[in-house]
Parts: sequence; structure tokens; C-alpha cells
Amino acid sequence: MLALIRKNLTEKGGALRLAAVVAAPAAVAAAFVATAGWLSPDRLTPATFMRDFHAVDGAHPGFRRNHAKGVCVSGWFDGSGAATPLSRAALFGKERSQVVGRFALAGGAPNQPDAPGKVRSLALRFMPTNGAEWRMGINDIPVFLVRNAADFSDFTLATAPVPGTGQPDPARIGAFLDKHPETKNALGLLKARALTSGFANDTYNSLDAFLFVNAEGVATPVRWAMVPEQAVEPPAAGEGGQDYLFDDLLKALAQGQLRWRLMVTVGEPGDPTADPTAAWPEQRRKIDAGTLTLTKAESEDGGPCTGITFDPLILPEGVAPSDDPIPAARSAVYSRSFALRSGETKPPSEITPAAVRSGGQ
Amino acid sequence: MRSVESFPISARVLHWLMAAMILAMLFIGVFMAATVGPAYHTLVDLHRPLGIAILLLALVRLANRFLFRAPQLPDTLPPVLRLAARASHVVLYVLMIAQPLVGWGMLSAGAYPVTMWGGASLPPILPHDTELFATLRHLHSWLAFSLLAVVLAHLGAALLHGLVLRDDVFPSMTVRRGGKK
Ligand code: HEM
Ligand code: HEM
Ligand code: HEM
Repeated sequence: MLALIRKNLTEKGGALRLAAVVAAPAAVAAAFVATAGWLSPDRLTPATFMRDFHAVDGAHPGFRRNHAKGVCVSGWFDGSGAATPLSRAALFGKERSQVVGRFALAGGAPNQPDAPGKVRSLALRFMPTNGAEWRMGINDIPVFLVRNAADFSDFTLATAPVPGTGQPDPARIGAFLDKHPETKNALGLLKARALTSGFANDTYNSLDAFLFVNAEGVATPVRWAMVPEQAVEPPAAGEGGQDYLFDDLLKALAQGQLRWRLMVTVGEPGDPTADPTAAWPEQRRKIDAGTLTLTKAESEDGGPCTGITFDPLILPEGVAPSDDPIPAARSAVYSRSFALRSGETKPPSEITPAAVRSGGQ
Repeated sequence: MRSVESFPISARVLHWLMAAMILAMLFIGVFMAATVGPAYHTLVDLHRPLGIAILLLALVRLANRFLFRAPQLPDTLPPVLRLAARASHVVLYVLMIAQPLVGWGMLSAGAYPVTMWGGASLPPILPHDTELFATLRHLHSWLAFSLLAVVLAHLGAALLHGLVLRDDVFPSMTVRRGGKK
């Protein structure tokens, strides 16, 4: 064979042919490396966000990289039928879907102390008997703080504690806000929001815009909120124990069910869908799509919310992404956070099975 | 030199169709896993059904492979290289089947819906188990890199046959000059 190679190489163009044999695989390999981003360290990837969260909150193996402190809940959702003209998703019909959820505080520290002004979240997984599931993660703030993934990364890094003070550098945050009036405005709305006394009487907003698609294939832009049936009260003065928000939730669930209405806001032409920092006009039509009932709390340790991720692009037929760039970024980053934490050994969660058993006492 | 016959047309069509699909999947996969742009969602939605299509085609191709006698490699090749060629083909078959199964299995273990097209989804093939999910997620990357490495070696070898050795191996998978079968 070697003799044959030698002979053919001496022919005209032989060397060129041999070069092609080497060059073709090398070119494919180079294209692969470039596609993977290994040559462009500045490309925004899920790994960038893992580094960002690490810079702000440090390493907490086994925990979610954001919204790390939380507790599992479960219950069901009863569709009212009122959203079916807008979306063909089965769960909006007059039927019951089982739900697994998670209440949490924003931030990557799994044992941060509770405080009235901290951002609270509710994550939900709807599992209709017939039809595809729906997952969401929704927050108790009126608008999101940034327009896209790049700004999220920059803003997160700007809030990272600096060595020496252990506090964020105000100059760095100021520089970001000067360049991003929409974030400045969103922070103003966030600070001005009416706080409630706990998780149970709080309203959680989708912030991101999605499309509802009906049986005729007509798509309507929507945002939504989980609005509590529990009486809204302001934070009680003097509260502020390490886990008081979670303990109150456990107490409430030990006493009975908690309910929320899924209120869908119907967008109109011209309403910004690609910008989650921009609120929609207050007078938009709202549809009561159904009732969420939560009956049970469980610790993350052994609970049903730990081994899943509430990827906001796990959508049933009838709900679709809009041109909002944030959900795709979340989907990619949650998948990385989920894969990493799933391979790590997790220390006990702040809200332990014992705390749940005692009903937050 | 003993002349080799060609692969039957069914094998050649499957070979080139799947070569294009697998190369596309390697690039789609490695790009989507390194982006947070809107393409992420679009590409993952494409990646799942295309991967399952590769699995189905690979099974058809494997069954088809038992229906004909593959052309012999020319005896100008040293026996050790003929063995290596055969072994690399076995490895390619194993990876073409294992990689999509690992993709499907990892989504099952992570309790993700395995969504195909038009709202249809596949049932899980593994129990919900996050440790297993983490392991399979790593395995999916490493099998992809191995698949790429073997494909590149395979491509180099095919070009060596076609351009330098100019024996009957390359035409056995393409078309024979002069239309001779
Ligand atoms: C680009 C922007 C964002 C990034 C990079 C990001 C990142 C993350 C990460 C890494 C997690 C942990 C996921 C896991 O391990 O399962 C998480 C959880 C969460 N995020 Fe985001 N997030 C973003 C935007 C948002 C927005 C706009 C909302 C609300 C509308 C939101 C609500 C939530 C909620 C509720 C959770 C907790 C889910 C749970 O309890 O398991 N995030 N986020
Ligand atoms: C993802 C890419 C590819 C895969 C998975 C693949 C797989 C295979 C397999 C399994 C065989 C054995 C025959 C069979 O059972 O079908 C084969 C044969 C062959 N392939 Fe590929 N192939 C790929 C790409 C290529 C490329 C890019 C070329 C050429 C430029 C090529 C050229 C050949 C040739 C010439 C043969 C015949 C070898 C013989 O006679 O034994 N293949 N390929
Ligand atoms: C021949 C078939 C397949 C090939 C060549 C392939 C290739 C790849 C590659 C190269 C990656 C990126 C790995 C990394 O950079 O870490 C990837 C990721 C992935 N693949 Fe596949 N894959 C195949 C089949 C499948 C199937 C059948 C599924 C599911 C049904 C699947 C689901 C995924 C998922 C979910 C990811 C990870 C996305 C993320 O990290 O966010 N793959 N695949």
C-alpha cells in the first residue's frame, strides 16, 4: 500500500491530493471548534452566567444557581375555559391538572435571610392528564430589570461584591444604569411596588411575553400573573426572622389550601413583546384562565421540585415563545444550572423536612 | 488486484443522507449548547426530532446491512488496516445508535418532555433520576466528540482511497465511473 501511495504521489498533482486528504478533516475540525465557541471566549454562553452567579454569590454545589433558597409545593390547577378562545392548550379547558411548584427567593445564596423587600418567586409545573405540560417561573416584581441576556450578565456582574468592602461597587452599578435608563426605570418600579406580608398573599408576574395560539392558529401576545385569593396585607412591623417568609408559608399550608387566579393580560398591537422592562398599559383586557390551588409543602430535600428545572420554554401546544429574547436565554441557562447541580452533592436545604413537618413552628 | 463491488443503492442513499444529518447534528448540538440567543430554542426543537430520525434510520440501515454482503476491501490494504476499517464501521454504527439513545435517555432522566414535531412527544425511556441525568448529559458530549473524531478519521481514510490510492473503495460508496456497477 505504501508503495502504491509513493507511486501515486510522484504523479502530477499527487502532493496536492495528499494535502486535500489532510486538509478536509482539518477544516471540518476547525469549523467545529469555531462553532463550539472555543475560539471566542467573549461569546455569551450558559457558562458565562454560571461564572456571573458565582461572582455574586460564591459556590453552592447542589443548589440552583439562582433562586437557590426555596421550598417545594404541590396541588392542582382548574382551567376555567375562559382562555380557550385564545389558546388551544388542553389545561385551559374545564379540567384539572396536577401541579408541582416551588416558592423561592431570588439570588444564588441558599441560606440568605428572609426580608420583606427581597424578590419572591413562584415556579410551577402543570401536568394535564391529556396534553403536554407547562412550566413557568414567575416573580413578584412589576417588570424585569433588563432587556436581554447580555444586559443581564453585565448587570449581574456590576452587582458582584468587590474584594475589600464585600459590597457591590456603586460606581460600577451607576455606570451600568447611566447606559441603561430602562433598568433605572425598572428598579424604580421595583422599589415602589406594594410589598405584601408573605408568599401566600403575593402576586407573581410572568414579566416575559408569550403567544397564545388558538385552534384556528391565531396567535395573541400575552403576559400573565398569579393573583392571590388570600387577603393582601402589608408586611407586619417587626418581622424579619431568618426564615420568616417560608415559616409563614408552611404555617398557612398546614392550616389549609392556598389559591391564586391565573390572570392573563391580552396584548394589543403595539404593546412591546420583545422588551420585558416595558409594562403594558393598565387598561388591557384580563382573562381569568383558572384557579391554582396549593395544598402541600415539602422540603427540597426529598421534595418533587428539586429534580426538575422550571424551564420557561417547556410549553404545551397552544402556548409559544414571542420575540422576547429572555425566555430562550433562560431555557439555555436553566439547563446548564440543572445539569451542574444534578451532578453535585447537595448539603441540606435551609428549609428542612423537619421544618416542614412542624408546619413552620 | 481483486476488484470490489459497490454497496447497493439503498446502502449508498442511507450512507450519504445520514452523513449529512449526523454532521449537521454535531454542529447544531455544539452551537446550541454554547448560545443563549433565540437560536437556542429553535435549534433544540430541531435537534430532538432530527436525532430521533437518525436513530430510526440507523436501525433501518443496520437491518439492511445484514441483507447484503458488503464489498470486500481491496487486498492491497494490509490486513491490519482492513481490520481497522471494519472496526471503525462498527464503532460508527454503535455511536449512531447510542448517541440519540443517550439524548433521549438523558431528557427522560431529567424529567424533560421529549418533544418532537406538532406537539407530539415520546415517552421516557429511563426513570426520573437526576444523578443519571448529569451522567448522561456528560456522556452525550463525550460521545459527540468521539463520533466527530471517528467521522474525521473516516473522512480522511475515504479521501485517501479516493484521491491517493485511487482504488475501488471510494466508488463503492459513490458512483462508478463509466456507470459500471
Ligand atoms: C437572562 C435572564 C435570567 C437568567 C440568566 C436566569 C437564571 C436563573 C437560573 C440559573 C435559575 C436556576 C434554575 C435551576 O437550576 O433550575 C433561575 C431560577 C429562576 N428564575 Fe431566572 N433567570 C433569568 C430571568 C428570569 C425572569 C425574567 C424570571 C421571571 C419572570 C425568572 C424567574 C425565575 C424563577 C421563578 C426561578 C426559580 C425556579 C425554581 O424555583 O426552581 N428568571 N433563574
Ligand atoms: C457522519 C458521517 C459518516 C458516517 C456516520 C459514515 C459511516 C459509514 C459506515 C458505517 C460505513 C460502512 C458501510 C455501511 O455499513 O454503510 C461507511 C462506508 C464508507 N464511507 Fe462513510 N460515513 C460518514 C461520512 C463519510 C464521508 C464524509 C465520506 C467521504 C468523503 C465517506 C465515505 C465512505 C466510503 C468510501 C465508504 C465505503 C468503505 C468501504 O468500502 O468499506 N463517509 N461509512
Ligand atoms: C446522532 C444524534 C445526535 C447527535 C450527533 C447529537 C449531538 C449533540 C451535541 C454535539 C451536543 C452538544 C454537546 C455539548 O457541547 O456539550 C448535544 C446536546 C444536546 N442534545 Fe444531542 N445529539 C444527538 C441526538 C440527540 C437526541 C435524540 C436528543 C433528544 C431527544 C438530544 C438532545 C440533546 C440535548 C437536550 C442537548 C443539550 C442542550 C443543552 O445543553 O442545553 N440529542 N447533542
